[in-house]
Amino acid sequence: MKGLWRFPGGLRLAGAKGSSGDGPILPLAPPPRVYLPLRQHVGAPARPVVEVGQAVARGELVAEAGAFVSAAVHASIAGRVVEIGDHELPHPPGVAETCVVIAGEGGEEEARAEVPLDPDEATVETLRERVRAAGIVGLGGAAFPSAAKLKPSRPIHTLVINGVECEPYITCDDALMRHRPEAVIRGALVLLRLVAAERCLVAVEDNKPAAAAALREAVAALAARSPEPVPDIAVVEVPTRFPAGGEKQLVWTLTGRAVPRGGLPYEVGVVCLNAGTTAAVDAAVHDGRPLVSRVVTVTGPGIRRPGNFEVPLGTPVRHLLEAAGGTTAKAVELVMGGPMMGRRLETADTMVVKGTNCILVTPRPDIAPPRVMPCIRCGRCAAACPMNLLPQQLYWHARGRTFDKLEPYGLKDCIECGCCAVVCPSHIPLVSFFRYAKTELADRERRRHRAEESRARTDARNARLEQQRQEREARKAARKAARARPRSAPASDEAVEDTDAAPPRAAGGAS
Amino acid sequence: MKAHDPLRVDAAGAPYITPAPGVGRVMVLVVAALVPGIAAHVALFGWGLLVNITLAVAAALVFEALMLAIRGRPVVSFLADGSAVVTAVLLALCLPPMAPWWLPVTGAFIAIVGAKQLYGGLGYNPFNPAMAGYAVLLIAFPLELSTRTLPLALQQAPPDLAATIAYSLGGGGAAGLDAMTAATPLDRLRTGVGLGQAMAEIRAAPVFGALAGRGMEWVNLAFLAGGVVLVALRIISWHIPVSMLATLAAVAGIAHLAGPEHYADPLFHLLGGATMLGAFFIATDPVTAATTPAGKLVYGAGIGLLIYAIRAWGGYPDGVAFAVLLMGLTVPLLDTYLRPRIFGARRARVRDGS
Ligand code: SF4
Ligand code: SF4
Repeated sequence: MKGLWRFPGGLRLAGAKGSSGDGPILPLAPPPRVYLPLRQHVGAPARPVVEVGQAVARGELVAEAGAFVSAAVHASIAGRVVEIGDHELPHPPGVAETCVVIAGEGGEEEARAEVPLDPDEATVETLRERVRAAGIVGLGGAAFPSAAKLKPSRPIHTLVINGVECEPYITCDDALMRHRPEAVIRGALVLLRLVAAERCLVAVEDNKPAAAAALREAVAALAARSPEPVPDIAVVEVPTRFPAGGEKQLVWTLTGRAVPRGGLPYEVGVVCLNAGTTAAVDAAVHDGRPLVSRVVTVTGPGIRRPGNFEVPLGTPVRHLLEAAGGTTAKAVELVMGGPMMGRRLETADTMVVKGTNCILVTPRPDIAPPRVMPCIRCGRCAAACPMNLLPQQLYWHARGRTFDKLEPYGLKDCIECGCCAVVCPSHIPLVSFFRYAKTELADRERRRHRAEESRARTDARNARLEQQRQEREARKAARKAARARPRSAPASDEAVEDTDAAPPRAAGGAS
Repeated sequence: MKAHDPLRVDAAGAPYITPAPGVGRVMVLVVAALVPGIAAHVALFGWGLLVNITLAVAAALVFEALMLAIRGRPVVSFLADGSAVVTAVLLALCLPPMAPWWLPVTGAFIAIVGAKQLYGGLGYNPFNPAMAGYAVLLIAFPLELSTRTLPLALQQAPPDLAATIAYSLGGGGAAGLDAMTAATPLDRLRTGVGLGQAMAEIRAAPVFGALAGRGMEWVNLAFLAGGVVLVALRIISWHIPVSMLATLAAVAGIAHLAGPEHYADPLFHLLGGATMLGAFFIATDPVTAATTPAGKLVYGAGIGLLIYAIRAWGGYPDGVAFAVLLMGLTVPLLDTYLRPRIFGARRARVRDGS
């Protein structure tokens, strides 16, 4: 590993790791109830396989993957299914999703539905199926079903394990790498086999020397134990510059290859998984344990006892806050994720999902929020943008609602990292505008799509009517030709009318 | 627990992080960076500049407040952004140090009301307000604008502060001013070359100093120092000053090499007139300059080129204001066609529409 590549833009942010940083990973007592959404990931929702009233063990499957890009859901506590109904998701706020609600019955009963696998013996197919069955998604926040990443359609040269937590405050991956480095390295070995990469780079920020040292030790221990030569695993320290942990930024930093616009890392021969995800892969393969919990950082100036907790999925945020000593009187904002890219939670009654890496409680600001001033086109936002976009132009068009200009200016390439908003001297909430514009564009897309569909439906219907008319005409001609039975004709005509009256559903469905 | 339920505050969402210093602080830093140049100017040319600055700033604030009130904008917070002050100071820096009071006041009116507020205020003005104000004055009052004060060192009895104020408020025209004024070095150069005088002969005139125009050379160096600090603090980016100065130096260098008798050396251009002030403080006006890195390089180069062209062959002694205004016309084009390549894009898509 020689040179690293510098990605454009980015920010040096004051570190605020101390508050939750050094301690152990604290196990969280199972909450009385967990709310397991069927969609905690990118892609199709899972399909429930349990019924209300059914007893479930911890780790038991409650919903199976609904499609290739989907993820199974497992019971995160032992108990009984008490409800399958809609509950509000953390994001987007106000959107409810079907959840399997399990009430705990105090039991610690653990289902080991899956047998441990020996990654050296098992076939690649078996391993991939195991990752899929374990319901593993990207734990860095994006929540992309991992199994779908592990069947790249191009040769992979580098597997990247992303241990870069560029957001201030978040330390869950740091804690994991410090306390369970073997799990990360073992998981990396499994993944190396799965994607058949030549080498593995474990990327850690250079402000986490302890994590890097622990990982290096784990690699060395592995090499010492193994009778055969071990695969090429290198721990790489990358400069601490937000958003160094963004997938595209990290791939660029390590390999100097730019993931194409709108594309994925495998297109440049790289597969990239978060360190927590890697540890989850290890648990699924070596222990046969599905993804039922994750490490969550609870932190921020508004929380009494910040720390990293091993949290059963579906745990209400409120329960987690209580475990961290509760919030202080000054606490006002509840954020899921980090201060740069997190989203405000409307309520503490929502739940921890697979993609939840951090619960941040910020205090009421001592000063009034700064007034938003007009854009002075200073270009600071553009200089900070890691995607090389021109946020001031995006803002101009989003504000002016000239949405069709947003595409060529790369709105879709915006990773919502927030760098532009942080540096803007006019304090314009740029990211909020971009999110708004994205939803607006998506709406338009949907509307256009729907219009196209209905046009297709109409076309199909017209074609069908035309065909029927022709058939009728043909029949009439036939009748004329055979005048022997003139009486039966009206009945058949009526039947044709009947088919017409039916809603054109079938045709629409087919198109 | 209930009592601590997160309340909603009127924050707009992520990022939840201390915001950057506001526009007001940026403007304060810009004015602070101007101080060495202003000090040098006052030391070398007398109190006139300070009187002009005071008048221009006061007038600009009054006009800005009035216009904000008329346009129904929050007066106080917009006044506090400091942009009117910066505009007024830059304008005053371009005026002759000994000037009647109505010159800075009229200039401020044109800059603030005409070039800024009527276009929608801060952020919406297509032209640099200070330069627009100056250019209009130059066209309307060519005589007053070209009456330049001699450096103090060349004056017999330099006026003190009271006399300067009296001169200004008296509306100018008081006797004795003639003794203090003369053609500027750039003027002198122009007429000299026009008369077919040799460069050495022209440069021997007392208005020329060791490096460039007497006095102005030090003022330029002071502005250069302030500008470098702004670049170091990342208040402005290096692109525009560097490309503007490099282009000016390069063109002047080529001309000088080709005809040393007719064309002044590059150092004279770099340290003469409003070069450094223009490079670091005027051309870099965020609102009216190009915004993309490549656009800024072209924009700066264009200004450098135009300054030289106007100085060498144009109808005005110094070209900074017109160069900046002219290049301002190209900004929408530069911003559209010189966009950075989006990360991961194979080729930048330059066209605006689809
Ligand atoms: S940083 Fe803010 S003020 Fe500056 S150009 Fe960007 S949006 Fe405009
Ligand atoms: S939020 Fe979007 S536009 Fe702003 S800096 Fe990040 S990627 Fe660029």
